[in-house]
Amino acid sequence: MEAYLDLFVKSIFIENLALSFFLGMCTFLAVSKKIGTAIGLGAAVILVQAITVPANNLIYQNLLNEGALAWLGLPDVDLSFLGLICYIGVIAAMVQILEMVLDKYFPALYNALGVFLPLITVNCAILGGSLFMVERDYTMSESVVYGVGSGAGWALAITALAGIREKLKYSDVPGGLQGLGITFITVGLMSLGFMAFSGIQL
Amino acid sequence: MNAHEREMARQVVLDPLVDNNPITLQILGICSALAVTTTLAASLLMCLALTTVVAFSNASISMIRNHVPSSIRIIVQMTIIASLVIVVDQLLKAFAYDVAKTLSVFVGLIITNCIVLGRAEAFAMKNPPLISMLDGLGNGLGYSLVLIIVGATRELFGSGTLLGYSVLSTTNDGGWYYTNGLMLLPPSAFFIIGMMIWGIRSWKTAQVEKADYEISNAHHSEVV
Repeated sequence: MEAYLDLFVKSIFIENLALSFFLGMCTFLAVSKKIGTAIGLGAAVILVQAITVPANNLIYQNLLNEGALAWLGLPDVDLSFLGLICYIGVIAAMVQILEMVLDKYFPALYNALGVFLPLITVNCAILGGSLFMVERDYTMSESVVYGVGSGAGWALAITALAGIREKLKYSDVPGGLQGLGITFITVGLMSLGFMAFSGIQL
Repeated sequence: MNAHEREMARQVVLDPLVDNNPITLQILGICSALAVTTTLAASLLMCLALTTVVAFSNASISMIRNHVPSSIRIIVQMTIIASLVIVVDQLLKAFAYDVAKTLSVFVGLIITNCIVLGRAEAFAMKNPPLISMLDGLGNGLGYSLVLIIVGATRELFGSGTLLGYSVLSTTNDGGWYYTNGLMLLPPSAFFIIGMMIWGIRSWKTAQVEKADYEISNAHHSEVV
C-alpha cells in the first residue's frame, strides 16, 4: 500500500509530466489563458490517462512483451517493436469511445470538455505516460496508480499556470516577451518551484 | 523546374528557419525541444530523427492526399507517422544505442510531435509530394536550429563541454570554470527558449503578439 502511495505522490509532484518531463507542452502553453478551460482540459487528461495507461499495460504485458505470447505456444516471439503504433491506436480508440459514452450518458460533462477531448489524442502527455509505464515495467495495479497520478499532476500544473496567466495579463511586459515569451519564463519559474519537491521520500 | 517553382522551393525551405520558425512562432513541437537538450549530441540525434520523419511523412501523406476521405484522414496520417517513427526508433537502437537510451521515450513521442501532424494537415494535404517533402525538410531544419542552439548553450555552460570535448576547463579538472548546475536542470530550457523568443521578436518586430490589455498612458495633468 505504501509503495502505491509513494508512486502516486511521486507521479504528481516529483515527476510532474508537464514541469519536469515537458510533456503535453503545446496544449499546456496554448490552452492556459483561462482557469475554466484549463480545469476542463485537466479533468479530461486525468480521465483519459487513467483509462489508457492500464489498457496499454494489459496489451504490453499480454501481447507485446518478450515471451508474452507463451500462452499461444510462441515463447520466442518479441513484438515490442510494434509498441508505438499499438499505443497510439489504443489512445485514439479510447478517446473516441470515451467521447461517445460521455455524449450518451453524461452530456453535461461532455459539453464541458467540448473540443478538448479529441485534441487529447495528440497530447504527448498521454502517449508519454504509456511509454514511461513500459520503460519502467509497471505492474497492472501500479499502472492504474501511475495513470491517475500523472494525469492529476498535469492537471494541477495547467490550472496553476492558467491562474498565473490570468493575473499576468494586466502587467506591463516588454514588447518582444509579450505572450509566448513571458509564458516560457513563467513556466520556468514554476518548474523551479516544483523542483523543491524532488528531495521528498515517503 | 522553372523559375517560379525554384523560388517557391527556396521559400518553403528557408521560411521556417527564422521568419516562421515552428518552435518560436508556431508553438509546435516544444516538448522534445525542452527535454532532450541537456547535451548537444542528444539534440543532434533528435534533430536528425525528427527531420527525417517530418520530411518523409509529408512526402508520403502528400502522395495519397487525393485518395483519403477526409473523415478518416487523421487516423491514416497517424498510422503513417507511427510507422515511420518505428523505423527511425529501430535504426537508432541498432546504430546509436547509447544516445538512443538517453533520448528514452522522446523518440517515440515524435508521433505526437505537433510539427509532424501540423505540417501534414497544413501543407502536405494541399500540395504535391516534392514540395511537401521540402516543406518538411525546412520545418525540420527550423526545429533543429532551435534545438542545436539550446543544446549547445546548456552543454557548454552546464558541463563546460561541447559534444563531450572539454571547452571550458572546469574547476573539477583544476580549471577556472565553475559549472552552472541549473543549466542541466529542466527550468533552464524554459528560460533559454523564452530569451530566444525575446531576441527573435525584438529583431523581427512583426512577430510581436498584441497585448490583451493596453496600459493607458495618462498625462500628468489628468492625474492631478
